Amino acid sequence: MTMNTEDTAEITCTVNGERVTRTVRVRQHLVDFLRGELQLTGSHLGCEHGICGACSVRVGGVVVRGCLMLAVQADGAEIVTIEGLTDSEEVADLQENFVARNALQCGFCTPGMLMTAAELLASGRPASREQIREFLSGNFCRCTGYHAIVDAVEATLRQRLEG
Amino acid sequence: MATKEDLIRLERPNSYIGRNLTRSRARRAVAGRGQYTDDVLMPRTAHAAFVRSPYAKARIMRIDTAAAKEQPGVLLVMTGAELAERCTEPWVGTLTCFDGMKSAPQYPMAVDLAVWHGEPVVMVVAETRAEAEDACELVEIEWEPLPPVAEKETALRPGGPVVHPAIADNLAFRKTIDTGKVDEAFANADIVIEETFEFGRHTAVSLEPRALLADYDKGTQRLTIWTSSQCPHMIQAVFARTLGVPEHNVRIVAPDVGGSFGLKIHTFGDEVAATAAAMALGRPVKFIADRLESFVSDIHARENRVKGRIALSKEGVIQAVDIDVLSGAGAYSQYPRTSVFEANQILNITAGPYNHKEYRARATVVYMNKVPTSQYRAVGHPIGNSVGEALVDLAAEAVGQDPVEFRRRNVIPDEAFPTTIAAGIKLQDMSHTACIDELMKRMDYDALRAEQAVLRRQGIHRGIGIAAFIKGTAPGPSGYYGIGGAPIASQDACTIKLEPSGGVLCMVGVTDQGQGVDTVMGQIAANALGVSMESIRVISGDTDAVPYGGGTYASRATAIGGEATYQAALALRAEILVLAGVLLQAEPATLDIVDGIVVDAGTETPRIPLSEIGRIGHFQVAELPNDVKPVLSATRRFRLTDDLYIFTNGIHGAYLEVDPDTGFIKLLKHWVVEDCGRVINPMLADEQVRGGCVQGLGGALYEHCIYDDAAQLQNGTLADYRVPMAFEMPDIEVAHVQNPTTISDLGAKGVGESGTGAAPAVVMNAVNDALRPFKARVTCQPMTPEAVLRALGKV
Repeated sequence: MTMNTEDTAEITCTVNGERVTRTVRVRQHLVDFLRGELQLTGSHLGCEHGICGACSVRVGGVVVRGCLMLAVQADGAEIVTIEGLTDSEEVADLQENFVARNALQCGFCTPGMLMTAAELLASGRPASREQIREFLSGNFCRCTGYHAIVDAVEATLRQRLEG
Repeated sequence: MATKEDLIRLERPNSYIGRNLTRSRARRAVAGRGQYTDDVLMPRTAHAAFVRSPYAKARIMRIDTAAAKEQPGVLLVMTGAELAERCTEPWVGTLTCFDGMKSAPQYPMAVDLAVWHGEPVVMVVAETRAEAEDACELVEIEWEPLPPVAEKETALRPGGPVVHPAIADNLAFRKTIDTGKVDEAFANADIVIEETFEFGRHTAVSLEPRALLADYDKGTQRLTIWTSSQCPHMIQAVFARTLGVPEHNVRIVAPDVGGSFGLKIHTFGDEVAATAAAMALGRPVKFIADRLESFVSDIHARENRVKGRIALSKEGVIQAVDIDVLSGAGAYSQYPRTSVFEANQILNITAGPYNHKEYRARATVVYMNKVPTSQYRAVGHPIGNSVGEALVDLAAEAVGQDPVEFRRRNVIPDEAFPTTIAAGIKLQDMSHTACIDELMKRMDYDALRAEQAVLRRQGIHRGIGIAAFIKGTAPGPSGYYGIGGAPIASQDACTIKLEPSGGVLCMVGVTDQGQGVDTVMGQIAANALGVSMESIRVISGDTDAVPYGGGTYASRATAIGGEATYQAALALRAEILVLAGVLLQAEPATLDIVDGIVVDAGTETPRIPLSEIGRIGHFQVAELPNDVKPVLSATRRFRLTDDLYIFTNGIHGAYLEVDPDTGFIKLLKHWVVEDCGRVINPMLADEQVRGGCVQGLGGALYEHCIYDDAAQLQNGTLADYRVPMAFEMPDIEVAHVQNPTTISDLGAKGVGESGTGAAPAVVMNAVNDALRPFKARVTCQPMTPEAVLRALGKV
């Protein structure tokens, strides 16, 4: 990272496999950067204080709240958003199950929910409905009541474990 | 009108009606390709932010915007007074159908008096939202704080503070329903039970906050507004009238809507302000509410205190019900839908499933210096059902009957419909008894009671709750909005067109916020027309494209919009068959359409595909006789005629555990059996019920807008205002009794609010069932651990 002035800095990071260099305001949070500068509008802002999880993105392999991290903190990082996750087909089965089970309504929480669920699936361990519910509790959904989301994650987990 | 053959087609085994189709919008959303209002990009977009009142009531003595105007990036600073000059006249949130109702005139931003904590006062528009917020910090306002009205209980006290000088007594509205002999019934009753219930304020918390992007084209004088809305035509009318733009020059586009639940059927002053800024600046202005300002500017709901009484014979027959509702509105009645519907609906539906003849229900709606209240999912029903079903449980206990058995004996039996209930409302096609039977099977009720008894002996306190309900859906034109003077259509419409390719465009006035309205309309049209889903595109949420309609609210999309779509598709089918008859030299009645091909009725021998009808009807009209003039398009509207609503009914069951040491409530399982008439897409209907339940459970257990004595909102963050999380919620089993409404040909009733309406009632009954051995009772919502411990006398 290069500080240009007091207010701006130049950062370079990898977003969905592409190397990007941008001058950002040092106070800009990561999702405003992704949405505004890179037009990756799949990550959503539901609260901007780290509660709802709609802005969840993967940074350095870990799911983080994109609203609680500054863009300048992502200098040098590998970032994956829902757009990249989709293109990589890493969770194509999960996405298919979300659609088939109608595990989303308005869809605003869905990218974040998929990000978190992908982390659970990647662990490769079986999980009960209770454990799935626990794992997803940092991501609010106001539409579905969660039941269908748990169904979709459970089905994907089962399919993967059965290979 | 649907013929007998049309109705038979609805029931065909391979019909699209009753099939679990997935949603194309869902496919887009899982890829992160949804397009919400904030995702819409227009060149040169500026961004609005607001200075909001830090006081519940305060006079604005002086506003100094000079420093804000000097800030980098700032394009415009506008005070409430400056905005008022750009508006035609203030809003008055009354409807003439509510006799004697009063509300103070309201401008989009406070002019010289702010009347709630969070009311917008000054708007700053800048190149970026961050710059606009920076400049907001530099707006200097000299305030004279005034004593606010902070409690509904003291609002009417003579000589106390007033919310707004225009309404000297703080009274919004009073209404009474009275069958006439209630006092007599109570005097003669063997048993009388009384209880008072308190319901806290909630707010919708749509995950996507309110959002608007306005663009005014001075050349064509067109105002285009992209906004997260359920009701584009209502927004068009209100914004046009408020800002003095001809309605036909205003286009409202509702892109993907990130949750709404009633919140987004309303008009908000900050959104009008941002639109006025776009007109003043001649460039697009975007306003996306942040979560903190959402809590103090989105409508609130549910704040009510209800005193209830129930009169019984010693055999356990309900003789009369009497309720007195004190409803706490905000500083203004929300324009144009008002803030009195919650109370009105409580009066309409409380104890609605039951057979008593005497009923008195009084409502008093008072103003307070708080955020305005209005319609939130299942308006009034969570309160009315909680009160009615709690009284019924107490009544069952008083006569020593099982609560299910008591309900079975007291509900209006299915064969008694149509009938008029004690509240004076005509109901038809109800299925209380059938729903109770189905619920008992699903819950395995007797086994659950046995398990409860065993666990109780081990010191584990589980509760079983039951709550029956009625729900007003799909309101008709004779009741409230349009007839009361609001620019809100109670009918809805569909325009359906056969394109040259044989593809079908289906434009509907109802809108989709994720419920699957587009998919359901497609299923209805495909069935009626006889084409595949793949050949239909449904278009909604754009006033330039769709016929005039009310949009989606009050569980009306499928019941009203679906019937309009059904009738429009049947009309287009009839025209296609006439044209096919001309081309084939056949009687239209001998033809049918199956899977996009005109066939001989009965044998299904293919005759001519719709792509040929489309091609000839649009391009080769010279081949037709001169008197055949294909339109290949039909518009139909549907409205209720004689009925106030299409009422639905159902029953919830709940199983939960209460920890008497901590007051914590663990939900274990939830069941819903409901009757939404003909189910078009069972999966989508189930998910409406499940999601609705969880919103009801949130209100029952966690959600609460907490105000202090100075009427300051204390918990306006998502960390402090608790919405349900996945691990707190139970699995929810849903079943349908299908008793199609006789009000429409399609037979669909509304479904979107049946979960929310009764979930708080059933969970309150279950909690009190768990607490029964302690002779303790919770009568307030949210039922926090503290409330449980207070009921137990432990705090």
